[in-house]
Amino acid sequence: MTYGFATIYWRDMIRFVRFKTLLFSSLLQPALWLAFFGIAMSSSFDRLMAGVPVPPGVHAVGYLTFMAAGIIAMTTLFTSLFGGIVILFDKNWGLMREILASPMNRNHIIFGIALSGVTKSFIQVIIIMAFGILIGAAFFAGFGAMQVVLGVLGILAFVGIFALGFLFLSAGIAVSMESPEGLQGIITLLTMPIFFASNALYPVDSFPEFLKVLSIYNPMTLMINGIRYFAIGPDFLALGKHYVYTTSDIALSFFGLICFAAITFWFAWWRFKKAVVT
Amino acid sequence: MAGIPAPGGHPGIEVKNLEHSYGDFKAVDGISFSVKEGEIFSFLGPNGAGKSTAINILITLLSLQKGEASVAGFDVTKDPQKVRESIGVVFQDITLDRDMTVWEILEFHGRLYNMSREERKKRIDELLRLVQLEAKKDERTKNLSGGMKRRLEIARGLMTRPKVLFLDEPTLGLDPQTRMRMWDYIKGVNNEGTTIFLTTHYMDEADRLSDRISIIDHGKIIITGTSYGLKNTLGQDLIYLETSDNEAAIRILQGLYSVRDIKSKTKGFVLMVNEDGTKVLPAIIDALRDRRIELSTINLKKPSMDDVFVFYTGKELRDEPEGKTGYLTLRPGGH
Ligand SMILES: Nc1ncnc2c1ncn2[C@@H]1O[C@H](COP(=O)(O)OP(=O)(O)OP(=O)(O)O)[C@@H](O)[C@H]1O
Ligand SMILES: [Mg+2]
Repeated sequence: MTYGFATIYWRDMIRFVRFKTLLFSSLLQPALWLAFFGIAMSSSFDRLMAGVPVPPGVHAVGYLTFMAAGIIAMTTLFTSLFGGIVILFDKNWGLMREILASPMNRNHIIFGIALSGVTKSFIQVIIIMAFGILIGAAFFAGFGAMQVVLGVLGILAFVGIFALGFLFLSAGIAVSMESPEGLQGIITLLTMPIFFASNALYPVDSFPEFLKVLSIYNPMTLMINGIRYFAIGPDFLALGKHYVYTTSDIALSFFGLICFAAITFWFAWWRFKKAVVT
Repeated sequence: MAGIPAPGGHPGIEVKNLEHSYGDFKAVDGISFSVKEGEIFSFLGPNGAGKSTAINILITLLSLQKGEASVAGFDVTKDPQKVRESIGVVFQDITLDRDMTVWEILEFHGRLYNMSREERKKRIDELLRLVQLEAKKDERTKNLSGGMKRRLEIARGLMTRPKVLFLDEPTLGLDPQTRMRMWDYIKGVNNEGTTIFLTTHYMDEADRLSDRISIIDHGKIIITGTSYGLKNTLGQDLIYLETSDNEAAIRILQGLYSVRDIKSKTKGFVLMVNEDGTKVLPAIIDALRDRRIELSTINLKKPSMDDVFVFYTGKELRDEPEGKTGYLTLRPGGH
């Protein structure tokens, strides 16, 4: 009974590798974002910023490097929010009745789905990072081998906890919904503000006060803080803004994400307890 | 796997005054029954009788609204986890993942129930042979025929050896040979000690497979008994007669000592008799002759489950071709 989540995980990964087109497009989409939006925007932003003086001793990074972290976050957000959809399909046409009538602890459905979602995100993030570096994102520039390893692990830690938070949310919503269309609607509704009210594509400092507060506590922003810290460094200049992250900033961001994941887990747990599937 | 049944708990199924409503509609209306350990027990009832609803409560998918229910000695409300550890289920509706293969469906189930690797392998091989899906082992379930899907689901339900196995219309849509093979296997599982609760609207299935049957309609249990006992409530034999004056004939025959009950039909009527019909017939014929009532048709048979069902529910279960139905079938305007 203890390893019930491993069964759910096994089954979800079977589906992941089985749908080759879906697998491929989920990797292609962020690559295309990076390639088109990233390169196009960075050529114009970098020209705009060319006149801005760089304070001595500060490490300036191009826009592509800056937004690559945002694209990683966006991909993780999408994948995670859609991660729970299998629950909805199972509920309407699939194995949910079998699972709910089995002795497996119901929380393990949540854990299993979350674990496979995190795995998917890890695979995507590593591929996007590699692709980003290939087309010119200056990740891990000037890092030693040990620092690169630490950097990658740090990024994966942030990606992992962020993915968990949204996977729990997705699972909780999915188990409460009747139709995939409804879930799709909610996900679309959620992604827009989460993505744009964050520091994914631009600094949040110039936002109006209300939006700024929202953005600073946005899990997306918290995660991107972590990625930039581990991929670029604690001190850099991008889009004319000087970013300085202290260790405690990053620890706090991580803690924020843990709280977020805890809340969404509670939500999913509560929705699963209420779920009636006959 | 399962713990020790609660003290005083009864290892089969125990249900008392169970009620379940969907909104204002009462789908299960105060049923009580008890299934002994090791027994095969059937719910026989028409569409919408409340059979699946009752099963869903017993397997803890629906929460209990009113009454009491325990399975394998565990209360479905207080100890749902223990109930789930003690049961196996074959659902009425298809519950498969279209994109998983036959083998994956069974393997997933085995893992879900914590079966060991060797046990899974052995059981999967054995069951694939039983349901004749060995050649389809690596086929995705969406490419199976309807009957093959059903066979796969039955195989899945039989993977474990639970204390109590629930089968909701298990052989729906299967061809006759396959049904018989399933029955044999289900009996085999039962012989290994599994208590079986099944719902069906196949008379022969209830008749051949179960130790006891409850006839259920409109959410109520109408009568419970063994197949033999239920048939016996209709008397030893059924005699169908068509005469020149049915009303007069019925009046005369009501007085006969061995006639238990009479039901009118469109063209004739049916006598339920307490004695061997072949012995009663001469007396009947004589009595009618004396009153100058002419007999045009006589038929005699043993009561079947169909007759029992129609007698107690007043309706037929399935649309069967005319003439093949039980004697007690009420045709429009018959009563
Ligand atoms: N989720 C539901 N919401 C509302 N009514 C329901 C629901 N499920 C079942 N019912 C109603 O409850 C009654 C009993 O349904 P149930 O599925 O238990 O019947 P059944 O005996 O299994 O029938 P069948 O032989 O067709 O499977 C039916 O009238 C049905 O319409
Ligand atoms: Mg049913």
